[in-house]
Amino acid sequence: MTAEPVIVINGVSRLYPVSSGSFAALSDIELTIAAGEFSGLVGPSGSGKTTLLNLIGSLDAPTSGEIIVLGQKVQELDARGAARLRRDQLGFIFQTYNLLPVYTVFENVEFPLLLLQMERQKRRDAVMDILERVGLADRAGSRPAQLSGGECQRVAIARAMVKHPSLVLADEPTANLDADNSHRILQTMLTLNRDLGTTFLFATHDDKVIQYLRRVIVLFDGRIAQDEVRDETAVSAGTPGGYF
Amino acid sequence: MIRFLMLGLLRDRSRSLFPLLTVAAGVAITVFMFCFMSGIKGDAIRDSAAFQTGHVRITTAAYHQLEHQLPVDLALLETSELLSQLRATEPELSWTPRIRFGCLLDVPDASGETRSQGPALGMAVDLRTDRAEIERLHLEQALTSGILPVLPDEILLSQQMATQLELQLGDTVTLIGGTVYGSTSMVNLRLCGTLRFGITAIDRGGFLVDLATARSFLDLEGGATEILGYFRSDFYDMNQADLLATDFNNRFQDEQEEFAPLMLPLHRQSSLGELLELWGYFSTILIAIFVFVMSIVLWNSGLMGSLRRYGEIGIRLAFGENKHHLYRTLLYESVLIGLTGSLIGGAIGLTLGAWLQYQGLDYGFAFKNTSMIMSSVIRAQVSPAAFFIGFVPGLLSPLLGTLISGLAVYRRQTAQLFKELEV
Ligand SMILES: Nc1ncnc2c1ncn2[C@@H]1O[C@H](COP(=O)(O)OP(=O)(O)O)[C@@H](O)[C@H]1O
Ligand SMILES: [Mg+2]
Repeated sequence: MTAEPVIVINGVSRLYPVSSGSFAALSDIELTIAAGEFSGLVGPSGSGKTTLLNLIGSLDAPTSGEIIVLGQKVQELDARGAARLRRDQLGFIFQTYNLLPVYTVFENVEFPLLLLQMERQKRRDAVMDILERVGLADRAGSRPAQLSGGECQRVAIARAMVKHPSLVLADEPTANLDADNSHRILQTMLTLNRDLGTTFLFATHDDKVIQYLRRVIVLFDGRIAQDEVRDETAVSAGTPGGYF
Repeated sequence: MIRFLMLGLLRDRSRSLFPLLTVAAGVAITVFMFCFMSGIKGDAIRDSAAFQTGHVRITTAAYHQLEHQLPVDLALLETSELLSQLRATEPELSWTPRIRFGCLLDVPDASGETRSQGPALGMAVDLRTDRAEIERLHLEQALTSGILPVLPDEILLSQQMATQLELQLGDTVTLIGGTVYGSTSMVNLRLCGTLRFGITAIDRGGFLVDLATARSFLDLEGGATEILGYFRSDFYDMNQADLLATDFNNRFQDEQEEFAPLMLPLHRQSSLGELLELWGYFSTILIAIFVFVMSIVLWNSGLMGSLRRYGEIGIRLAFGENKHHLYRTLLYESVLIGLTGSLIGGAIGLTLGAWLQYQGLDYGFAFKNTSMIMSSVIRAQVSPAAFFIGFVPGLLSPLLGTLISGLAVYRRQTAQLFKELEV
């Protein structure tokens, strides 16, 4: 990988004010994620995964240290700049899908392209292409309420991917899904990662997710406890790992 | 993007239909109420001016003091000079003398004996030289039978009274009363027609004769109890009337002289002035309440909307929509709702108002014993002002509601988005 890294994190800490002073949700994080990675922040609940994802997603700023996402120093961005970075480069996938109930599948997926002011025909093509890839082209006209949880999360993936972002951040994407659906959406994301070269960064403590990751970054009490790149065989063999 | 937002608005009824109906209903009620009250106010002024107070009225100061006794002995004894003076100096008003007096109305039988008798209230107007009076009092429309007096010995009776006294057209009635100088006076008149004004106080016991008839009956040749002035525009201009009266009274009033003429504008006579003042307060209060209630309701629905749309707003922020842009779209939505709702509500209010303006609503039965000069038919009055008085608050209150509730967008910490969206 010769391209410049997608994420560079230098000495980042995030303190939260609490009654007894401050609490370090993240301490001294050093991390580099290269383009095309399919990696995950792994660790028990409360270990700081979401906090780190927030910082990378320019939704929050670090207390100290430096975060560079796609060449931009996140802590130097104002609200407008951060919004622009998210709009142009980042895709988000949430635990609870968060589809907009009054809109159809098509319209939900189309929304990020509207923010980009893409023209109509191009939008259509892009939406139908990504729905095709997640296997929901025939549900384009349905409302979220008419879909199963797995289908909803695939719509959410399509929504995050439709603008072909450089980086997709997925926080516990399988937490509400059964094993079958979890495997399906991970297969989908893996395929998208391979076909489109999109960088994926997960936050998870789900073994079903972990077994697909090509790099496992273990967080514990706000620190990186282990950072392991696994070879293809380990991944395809589906070894869960037992990290905690 | 606009289409996207419109779709959301249309599909999410609680976001569009409910506030729209609230606005429309509020605006419709306000507009209608305003039309209704304008109508009552306009009618009250018109009726009062036509039958009693004029736009301005000149009497002697003494007559004004004791007006309720109808003291003809305190009348203006000489009016022709004053009238020609007024007509020369105040040509934008038309001036006319009238006499109001009370007397006994006696119906003789064939042998001249009293068949029936009763007190009655007479109004004498210049029927034969002043065509305007006939129109002002709507005499031709009020005529339920017969014709208007052409001869000096003819009299018009209220329909109700004619029925009570069992009189036929052509029958003779005798007026019995006193002259200005205190001696008894009597005259035989012929019933030439009957009237119904739709004004309870007059319909109950009134009659109408020509000015000349009353003058000779009361021995008030050349005099009148009052001189009424009407703006030729037909529109009662309160300030103008005040100026006119002040000016007139400066010239004519004299502390010593109780027979000096005194001019009073409509709103300083009778209880109408208070009524008009009350009306002003009332409409202000009505509108204030409306704006207040609407704003609360819509602010609330705006708040509920923001709560309901918490997820949507979060997603839009997460996917990189600018906060200002998001806030603006919320405001546009509320303007759209306000505008549509106000237009619909305004149209409904005006339609109802117009219906009541042309149809009228007779509530005379509710005022059987009133002595107030007031038409018993309510008519609304539609005006552009009525529309705007509903339209403006209808437009502003959803905007105001959203303006405040939408501020939550700015308080939203994006740092919490991942957490919020994972509940
Ligand atoms: N806004 C906040 N204020 C105070 N403490 C917080 C806040 N957000 C997170 N934390 C704390 O930071 C730690 C890491 O949280 P989080 O990143 O959500 O963990 P994870 O996603 O790994 O479960 C937790 O102990 C949590 O209680
Ligand atoms: Mg978390």
